[in-house]
Amino acid sequence: MSGPPPGYTRPVRDRVLGIVLKSSAALAASLVLLVLAFVLGEAQGALSQHGLAAFFSGADWYPTQGEFGLLPMAAATLATTTGALLLAAPLGIGAGLFNALVAPRPVARFHRALVEVLAGIPSVVFGLWGLVVLVPLIGGGDHSGQGLLAASVVLALMILPTIALTTEAALERVPAELLHGAAALGLGPVARARRVALPAARRGVIAGLVLATGRAIGETMAVLMVAGNVVAWPAGLREPLRTLTGNIALEMGYATAEHRSVLFVAGLVLMLAVALFVVLAGLFGGAPELSSGSPRA
Amino acid sequence: MRSERLFASVLWFVSMGVCALLLWIVVDLAWRGMGDLSLEFLTEAPRDAGRAGGIGSLLVSTAWIVGTAIAVALPIGFFSAVLLAEGATASARFARLVRGSLDILSAVPSIVFGLFGNAFFCITLGLGYSILSGGLTLACMILPILIRTIEESLRAVPDEQRQAASALGLSRTTTLLRVLLPAAAPGVAVGLVLGIGRALSETAALIFTSGYVTRFPGDLLDSGRALSVHIYDLAMNIPGGNGRAYSTALVLVSLLFVMNALVRLAAARFSRRLAA
Repeated sequence: MSGPPPGYTRPVRDRVLGIVLKSSAALAASLVLLVLAFVLGEAQGALSQHGLAAFFSGADWYPTQGEFGLLPMAAATLATTTGALLLAAPLGIGAGLFNALVAPRPVARFHRALVEVLAGIPSVVFGLWGLVVLVPLIGGGDHSGQGLLAASVVLALMILPTIALTTEAALERVPAELLHGAAALGLGPVARARRVALPAARRGVIAGLVLATGRAIGETMAVLMVAGNVVAWPAGLREPLRTLTGNIALEMGYATAEHRSVLFVAGLVLMLAVALFVVLAGLFGGAPELSSGSPRA
Repeated sequence: MRSERLFASVLWFVSMGVCALLLWIVVDLAWRGMGDLSLEFLTEAPRDAGRAGGIGSLLVSTAWIVGTAIAVALPIGFFSAVLLAEGATASARFARLVRGSLDILSAVPSIVFGLFGNAFFCITLGLGYSILSGGLTLACMILPILIRTIEESLRAVPDEQRQAASALGLSRTTTLLRVLLPAAAPGVAVGLVLGIGRALSETAALIFTSGYVTRFPGDLLDSGRALSVHIYDLAMNIPGGNGRAYSTALVLVSLLFVMNALVRLAAARFSRRLAA
């Protein structure tokens, strides 16, 4: 659209509208800075006293005695996230491939709807199912069952839809000519999927995986309910552990002074880590934002 | 070709496995959740830390929290989306900045929103543990998804309609309210329902903002417990609370399913209208 003709003055209410639109958008855009500012502000006390490195060098977490080692919990976050990815990546990519390339159209539609339903289940409900159904299965009677494996399985269920839906979307963006060309060369449907479609969609699939990793790092409730929450290094599939997010949820209720400030340091680290993953996903060909794809609960 | 068939069967197996898992969770939820479900469960306040009584007061608190979030986020989200979609007045750089920061905001973990809400709304603004604090925290969380959906629905309005409005000499404001808004309304409704769904599912951001109180709330400055927080508390802190936790979860998930069905209906109508 070209600008207004010379001598034209805009109606007053259009000018008001322009101001309203701009200030709304400015407010929306500055929210992320506001969040960062307040988390940083509360973390400031602990940071200026000890420095960020101090929280990631000690392994002891005795907040009432002034020992604030976040390292075992950071390791636990890493372990549950890795476990969830190992489980969810093959399943999610498989489900995406199935929908885009193998399934008859009605089956694909039904399956996609189911995956979207899975994406819409609140994390606290996954946690409840994990606590009541999954944990006793893993424990097998002689063991609590809460720990790395239970947390990874529940997390995997939560990030699977993100991976499946981004994979499917990336595969659907592969130009039809490529697939037709491969078919003309005599490649069967499976060879087309493996040799042509997947390599062409690689960036989108990786973006989905990166996005899912960010979600897994930030997820709180479901992990909190099945991880056992003992501060410990990840030692085995059935050994309990406590993640960074779980630690905040458990202790914010009663933490004061320096202890509270250290919890905000953990929040700050989480926020920066997840922001990094968003930027990374963007680098891999524009993070395909899903209607239900960002972190919940 | 054997490898062909093997590959396809593996994909069928994986996908049916995913379906079976989902079915397992949903059937388990319905089966265990039915037990305590009754009309009284939906209308009474919890008693004995939630082991008895119902979730009536929590339904009210949840509705107030979600209502506050929507009332605050919808106007800001709508105007921001208009700016992004009808970008003639905005510089491209400003629009890119807004989109980028919304992308990061949408990825911020909800527990971090909880920390922020506690520090900003509860303490700095002095709202304390209240429905208002929780609702405002959720408003920040759902803003990105609202803006994205509304922006997409505005972009889907054909340009001819804008040109026709312009040719008729309508002001921008009139064009927005009388032409674009009605055309984009179903998309706005989709965004609204998605936002409500997100807000209903939220737990971690509410524990330290809207709090734990199970009474019927009197006003927006009362603390009020959301359904999701109730599920967490019953399952983790109340021995013998699992049954009630399941019933509450069944109510919550049923609400979300109804929302989901509404979204699909609205989206289908929207695309039909665009096709016509």
